[in-house]
Amino acid sequence: MNWFLSWISGAILYAAPILFPTLGEVVEQRTGMVNLGLEGLMLLGASVGFSVSFVTRNAWLGVLAAAGVGLVANLIYAGLVVHRRAHQLAAGLALMFFGIGMSALIGKPYVGQMAPGLPKYALAGSQSLLFRYDPLVYLAFLLAPLLWFLLFRTRFGLWLRAVGESPAIAYAAGVSPNAVRYFAAALAGTLAAVGGAHLSLGITGTWSEGMTAGRGFIAIALVIFSRWNPLRAIAGALLFGGAVVLQLQLQAQGVGISPFFLDMLPYVLTLLVLLVWGRGVRHVAPASLGRVYFGTE
Amino acid sequence: MRSLGWTRLGWPALRLLLTVAIVLGVFGLFLWALGKDPIQAYRDTFRLNLLNPRGLAGVLARMAPLLLTALGVALPFRSGLINVGAEGQFLMGALAGTWAALNLPALPWGLHLALVLLAGMGGGALWAAIPGALRALGWVNETIATLLLNYLAPLVVGYFVFGPWRAPELAFYPQTPEFPASARLPLWFGTRLHLGFFLGLFFLLAYAYLVSRSRWGLELRAVGGNPEAARRLGLPVERWILAAMVLGGALAGLAGITEVAAVHARLKLDISPGYGFMGFLVNWLAFAHPVGILVMSFLLAFIASSGFTLQITQRLPYAAVNVLMALILFTVLAKPLAREVRR
Repeated sequence: MNWFLSWISGAILYAAPILFPTLGEVVEQRTGMVNLGLEGLMLLGASVGFSVSFVTRNAWLGVLAAAGVGLVANLIYAGLVVHRRAHQLAAGLALMFFGIGMSALIGKPYVGQMAPGLPKYALAGSQSLLFRYDPLVYLAFLLAPLLWFLLFRTRFGLWLRAVGESPAIAYAAGVSPNAVRYFAAALAGTLAAVGGAHLSLGITGTWSEGMTAGRGFIAIALVIFSRWNPLRAIAGALLFGGAVVLQLQLQAQGVGISPFFLDMLPYVLTLLVLLVWGRGVRHVAPASLGRVYFGTE
Repeated sequence: MRSLGWTRLGWPALRLLLTVAIVLGVFGLFLWALGKDPIQAYRDTFRLNLLNPRGLAGVLARMAPLLLTALGVALPFRSGLINVGAEGQFLMGALAGTWAALNLPALPWGLHLALVLLAGMGGGALWAAIPGALRALGWVNETIATLLLNYLAPLVVGYFVFGPWRAPELAFYPQTPEFPASARLPLWFGTRLHLGFFLGLFFLLAYAYLVSRSRWGLELRAVGGNPEAARRLGLPVERWILAAMVLGGALAGLAGITEVAAVHARLKLDISPGYGFMGFLVNWLAFAHPVGILVMSFLLAFIASSGFTLQITQRLPYAAVNVLMALILFTVLAKPLAREVRR
């Protein structure tokens, strides 16, 4: 029972850094843009957040800086895709290279250091050491219903989805597809970088090169699993968080399985999730996803 | 691939030069912002990697894995698939080839080496068959599957290198025992240039012939151009999708095992400074055109070598190369759309 509770508690913690980028990508893909650069954005967020927190001795300034850098970096992607009509997958992978390289450069002096982490607050009623989280965890789980409301219950959300289904028709209805896409990209960049910063400031407390270990790509898989719905993204993130914690627990208990095989767990699970839930989603996906909008000239 | 007249080569060449100039300028500013001397850094990289025969041979040696991984991306690309998994296929090829190198009984020199290379191709092919089959069945998108498999491959290699295959005499650094001489690729002229470079050129020619001159290539491109039309013509679309991924994986796997058999002589975790991703970049910049692949893999091989030079002369982390590659991609993607993606 105790083991089970600590598993749940850990799954919630590890769900947060993947929930942020997943939510951002849901919004971005709802406007028709696939962004493979999440991994780079998360790495940027993790290293910028960590180094700013280390220098200023204030973790919140780190989170803020990460958010700003993520926003700006993803505007590069949006500029290429929206303004220059570049191929989305190539632009995303370029952003990935950029993030991998820049994060390594920025974080290099801080490898092996400790920075001030985020403060932790107990979930209501919890007396034990379990279920104590930093505010970003609460924020992540709060954002999901908020973004759901934005997407499905507001006029602006309707615009977002309309651009993703058909930019030309949205344009005819008086919406600027480009402005909407820039907004979505700014939001997604911010969220992905905050997710990365949560990893380095809320969970590990350290920075190391490539520390996101493919979470950016797993988030993209979770978007497909969530069927572009922020609420379902919570379930996906918890599933992933549960796999990570299970792997850590099994490792700590010293089961006779090689740690290399245990480390495979989240990736294999993600592939299985795609296999089971990713089939036949094409009719759910935004219709203009991945397409270049050439405007109406 | 129509006739390669000067007008068809002249403009891309001019654009390439312009792109290189822009990127060198921006990266120079970037170096300057980091407090380095860009002029000195560029002088060093050109002097040590281009203007000196030994350095040039090193660049050509680095071209070998890039040519092969780029072809491993290009073949699926022609059939409409985005294979971002060359990095994982590279590692799995190295793993399978290492098995053959360390476990096959003593064989005549050429035969052992040939089997090692074939095993490497098999490893990469099998690894690519997973996303290939998932895509052919219409179950999982190959882009995301190959990306995820890139994270699994190092764990598989890590298991063997840290576990059953670990060389007992080198306890401090996990790696396999050294390859026997019969499983090593010959090096030439006392430089780092090795047989893998010519394997790369051979497969580049084979690719150029296959894609533009053979019936198979026509079918492959038909599947990539319009799968629905290809299906109605009676082409086995699913089989072509699987075949393109498997062949691509085999080439990326060959890149992995040649790199190990020529350069490292033993399997360890850090055999690839991102060759698989660079191969993707090469193919993207070349739009899967054979001449483009040749030029771009030389360019990227030079950049990778420069990365190691800068690491030593300017104390930059090797990851700075990723920034440089990103700048190239950004610049290329930002240029006015000159042509659509051709398959």
